[in-house]
Amino acid sequence: MRKWSSLLLTLMLLAVPLVGCSRFYAQGSAASASSLLDRVKNRGKLVCGVSGELPGFSYVNQQGEYSGLDVDVCRAIAAALFDDPDAVDYRNLNAKERFTAVQAGEVDILSRNTTWTISRDTSVGLEFAPTVFYDGQGMMVKKASGIKNLKDLEGSSVCVQTGTTTEQNLADQMRKLGVKYTPIVFEDVNAAFATYEEGRCDGMTADRSALVARRSVLKNPDEHILLEELLSKEPLAPAVINGDARWFDTVKWVIFGLIEAEELGINSQNIDSFTNTDNSVVKRLLGTEGNLGQGLGLPNDFVARAVRKVGNYGEIYNRNLGPGTPFNLPRGQNEIWTKGGLLYAPPFR
Amino acid sequence: MSTSRQRGNSRLPNFKDLPTLLRDARFWRFAAQAIAVLLVVLLVILIVDNVIYNLRQLGIQLGFDFLRTQASFDIGETLIPYSPADSYTRAILVGLVNSLRVTVLGLIFATMLGLLAGIARLSSNWLLRQLALVYVEIFRNTPLLLQLFFWYFAVFLKLPGVENSITLPGPTYLTSRGVFLPWFNPTAGTGLWLVLLALGIGGAIALWRWRVRLILEQGRPGNPILWSLGPLVASGLLALILTRTIPFSWNLPQLVGGTQLQGGLRLSPEFSTLVIGLVVYTGSFIAEIVRAGIQAVPRGQWEAARALGLKPGRIMQMVILPQALRVIIPPLTSQYLNLAKNSSLAIAIGFPDVYFVASTTFNQTGRAVEVMLLIMITYLTISLTISLLMNLYNQTVQLKER
Repeated sequence: MRKWSSLLLTLMLLAVPLVGCSRFYAQGSAASASSLLDRVKNRGKLVCGVSGELPGFSYVNQQGEYSGLDVDVCRAIAAALFDDPDAVDYRNLNAKERFTAVQAGEVDILSRNTTWTISRDTSVGLEFAPTVFYDGQGMMVKKASGIKNLKDLEGSSVCVQTGTTTEQNLADQMRKLGVKYTPIVFEDVNAAFATYEEGRCDGMTADRSALVARRSVLKNPDEHILLEELLSKEPLAPAVINGDARWFDTVKWVIFGLIEAEELGINSQNIDSFTNTDNSVVKRLLGTEGNLGQGLGLPNDFVARAVRKVGNYGEIYNRNLGPGTPFNLPRGQNEIWTKGGLLYAPPFR
Repeated sequence: MSTSRQRGNSRLPNFKDLPTLLRDARFWRFAAQAIAVLLVVLLVILIVDNVIYNLRQLGIQLGFDFLRTQASFDIGETLIPYSPADSYTRAILVGLVNSLRVTVLGLIFATMLGLLAGIARLSSNWLLRQLALVYVEIFRNTPLLLQLFFWYFAVFLKLPGVENSITLPGPTYLTSRGVFLPWFNPTAGTGLWLVLLALGIGGAIALWRWRVRLILEQGRPGNPILWSLGPLVASGLLALILTRTIPFSWNLPQLVGGTQLQGGLRLSPEFSTLVIGLVVYTGSFIAEIVRAGIQAVPRGQWEAARALGLKPGRIMQMVILPQALRVIIPPLTSQYLNLAKNSSLAIAIGFPDVYFVASTTFNQTGRAVEVMLLIMITYLTISLTISLLMNLYNQTVQLKER
């Protein structure tokens, strides 16, 4: 009798937090009618999912500070929202965790060199903001191996990191070329590169930017070359949860703002010289004329805040990947459209 | 009041009489269980409902249709034919076969290693005893994941390249691209050979038994070895005459052009790492189980066997181990289950086992719930099968008290 009543009591106690949970999710659903934007604003911090393992895009240094292009996207959004680029909590996500983290609301934005694909956009429950880096999948081989193109990889082993479009692109391309190869697939990006470095694989495939970035931390970066051929196009874009138009708009237009600022020649250094400009396009972008921010639920000067604190797109690119960094990546397709690149922001009006 | 309690002792109390009912211990014995079940069911419903609700919020539909779509990723090691054009189902099946291959090999070798190390732990030879102790303590007390990384990065990938591989007699080549062993190729006569050989072995066993019985029952010289050799030799000769070939041809690995190894059986570094890692790790646990099992056999059994004049090896084989098995089998089953489940650590070292392939599938399709369900069902099936077989075996070695 006593045994049973104590068991009963235990079960009831166990059930309490669960009922609590269910009430919480009921509330959560009510809240999701309102936007993530309000919740982020109330929280006073942006929770940003990054890779944390890719120099130039998102990398944690020994002091625990994050830097990189993907990180700066988060900082720009935080600056636009709170006028403070450091109001960001970073979460390191691997390729497998990232989508679930967005779906479960664990992160507000996924800024983690994620390729924008139709299936992710439509059936994984994501919404993609504008592309922040136009990339393509490449292949790294050892200079000494004498491999010049993908066909030379016949009968070889190729190291791949799992959970990316990379695996599928590799299979597609090799099938097209009729090249037989053995994929050695790793969950952990560090293990993949370490295995390649040990000589287990003849080739290492990943996004070109990732290969260049990781090459810089290999023991002898000069011994490795990237093949000319590209295996795919990889537009890397930040992603947010599906079906939250207001939050999606915020992320989208902050990024467009960074691009538009570069097009108009506004950067973090000269932004204050534009305060007395007569150019109404600049005025609207910086929020001194009109009320473009209002429609988003943001202050009108949200772009000005982001550019002042973090810089325009060009500044962000040069700081993280441009000359003066170990990567020295030419901008190529990542130039703004007026200079022959693909970056194009819709008009701010 | 007193009358109702008296009646309550003889049969269940009247339901109309609620206060009496609530005071009745037997009612509560019943009700508490019912409530417990109800709560558990409620819990499950709550969780499932929560999942479905949240998925619907995201516009995600549950369903297993995606399994039929083209996987379009490649798998490095396949025992059954597979190409990226095949479906996810096929890909997961390839992974499952890989998993089973590792598990079965792992179970066999871990048992052998564990048995040897466990007996060595109790050996009268000081060096052997200490070696076994060091082995057990090192591998039992470090995480398996760490050990796998050790075997992979520090052992297998550090082997020399194909050009200057370590060559063992056989020939066996140890290279950073894998271990190349001599293997056999079936010939046209292999089938017939196997059938005749099986018949020969069957005949040999039957003759052996008959001759041994003669020795035991009639005290006549039986020569069982000579007799049982007869059918073996006969079947071999017959097969040779019929097929005119040897049962199989050797498939030896060969160095081609100094840079490539061809032929033979190639074990990839990933596969070798996983099998070695699992065997060495699980073996150390099995060693302790075997030691405990042997020590659980009363000393009197040793003494009695020794008094009969049996040699130490014989005592272990015929007296001690059969009794120790009763203690060994149940914890051994747990270790077998651990090995089967630990094989999913393959994901760390790039071996495409079922968990790996399934998680790639999950990654590409975003079907978290469905894929996790599939993985759970798969491992549950493997585990329950191992457990069932081991329990059946346990029944045969258990002490039968009549």
